[in-house]
Amino acid sequence: MNIVVLVKQVPDSGADRNLRTDDNTVDRGSANNVINEMDEYAIEEALKIKEAHGGEVTILTMGPDRATESIRKALSMGPDKAVHVVDDALHGSCAVATSKVLAAALGQLNADLVLCGSESTDGRVQVLPHMLAERLGVAALTGARKLTVDGATLTVERQTEEGYEVVTASTPAIVSVWDTINEPRYPSFKGIMAAKKKPVQTLSLADLGVAAAEVGLDGATSAVVEHSKRPPRSGGVKVTDEGSGGAQLVEFLATEKFV
Amino acid sequence: MSEVLVVVEATREFGVKKVTLEMLTLARELGTPSAVVLGGTGAAEALAGKLGEYGAEKIYAAEGDEIDGYLVAPKATVVADLVKRVQPAAVLLASSQEGKEIAARLAVKLDNGILTDVVALTADGTATQVAFAGSTIVKSKVTRGLPLVTVRPNSVTPTAAAATPAVEQLTVAVTDTDKLAKVVDRVAEQKGSRPELTEAGVVVSGGRGVGNADNFKLVEELADLLGGAVGASRAAVDSGFYPHQFQVGQTGKTVSPQLYIALGISGAIQHRAGMQTSKTIVAVNKDGEAPIFELADFGVVGDLFKVVPQAADEIRKRK
Repeated sequence: MNIVVLVKQVPDSGADRNLRTDDNTVDRGSANNVINEMDEYAIEEALKIKEAHGGEVTILTMGPDRATESIRKALSMGPDKAVHVVDDALHGSCAVATSKVLAAALGQLNADLVLCGSESTDGRVQVLPHMLAERLGVAALTGARKLTVDGATLTVERQTEEGYEVVTASTPAIVSVWDTINEPRYPSFKGIMAAKKKPVQTLSLADLGVAAAEVGLDGATSAVVEHSKRPPRSGGVKVTDEGSGGAQLVEFLATEKFV
Repeated sequence: MSEVLVVVEATREFGVKKVTLEMLTLARELGTPSAVVLGGTGAAEALAGKLGEYGAEKIYAAEGDEIDGYLVAPKATVVADLVKRVQPAAVLLASSQEGKEIAARLAVKLDNGILTDVVALTADGTATQVAFAGSTIVKSKVTRGLPLVTVRPNSVTPTAAAATPAVEQLTVAVTDTDKLAKVVDRVAEQKGSRPELTEAGVVVSGGRGVGNADNFKLVEELADLLGGAVGASRAAVDSGFYPHQFQVGQTGKTVSPQLYIALGISGAIQHRAGMQTSKTIVAVNKDGEAPIFELADFGVVGDLFKVVPQAADEIRKRK
């Protein structure tokens, strides 16, 4: 099975993150940029499917030059190769344009299965799988907590608010996974060394046949008008329980009219 | 005034979700609200009363197995056709997984911008979003097409405004491509009377400090006394104390209730990402240095196994 895993480099969600003041895009220059945590679960799932059914795993990333670090990190877990869509004109692309570019790249990769994380930790928008499915005319099975591959049939268990759904589709298809689906492996030393030699193909917008005017800030379908830091919450009253902490808590709730 | 389409979010068990009432309230400020019901046969009739109570002037209904038996693609096709026909002033959906997914497909079908996790929207289409774990407030606009917006639950106070909506049944003309992802089974889990996590006015969450799955009864007890939902930190979920669908934080649900009570949760940034826009925050933790206290309007440094039972008794006394 030919599997493509979408991987995004994002600013570390454990550190302070900002939007730039000049063009209102995500400040990636000053951030500690890491592989989107959710994508590691997608990579793990791809490797497990390859181990069980054979095939090839390709990482697909759209991002600036520095995203190479995340591509190598992804490859160190075990995928065979990577494709990096990189073009200065992509800076500031909206989700709609991003899906256009990734769909064009997927069109060249002939994947049976496209795997991705359920969301990126920067935007948390969760729209890419369905945008890609819409463009490619394939099924999107989102939010998988379990994925079973049986020949060309995919079966997914997905969490819903009331329980779970079982959904099936035939390949080719896109599946997004939650972090409950598996436990991603740590790259081995051998894996890290091997990743340095694995092929990473770069593709420009011209290679994909997408016009620069359709992407980037100029081609965006939405725009940030302004942004500001939310004033940090300041801690309020803190008491140490000396036998009446629970009662004091309820007294606070009462003054706030919650009880 | 032009129509504003509100794509209704409802559950089989509880009917119209609160976020739908919030969207209808918001839609009334932008134009004339029309509710769009996408579901099984008879869905619109069951929901019409509530939708009218909150100002839906019209209900568009697309019903049946063609809609209900697949993931969102058929729904998006129906809504896209409707948008092309009625040319609404805006389209509002819930910022739930399904709402975002329908919106995603609409954006591609209509070549239209999309804004998700919106907490406020003005008549000129300026949306307010909260980004980066609640640390940044963003104002943004769709610059191509109409405002296509997903609204985060608990952003607007729903207010009633009675209307008597007429129901228009839509023709469901979906393609084979819309029917690629087939729902073969729906299994109900964790049924109960507690409100849904993202919509609850009160959320009581437990973390690693709760210690084990059995002890989560304490968290549930306090939640039930306050009429709230139960949440859990990632540490608690990863340790198997509580199911994943109740996880609050970066890789779980984002909640913004009136009252959030964190029990035995240290307040790592991954957790704060999901709850720090809550109106009032209360924390109980034995570590006085835990970062959760930086957010808490009221914090108790102490053993939650002493503090919480005492608080529960005190609430019972006051009832």
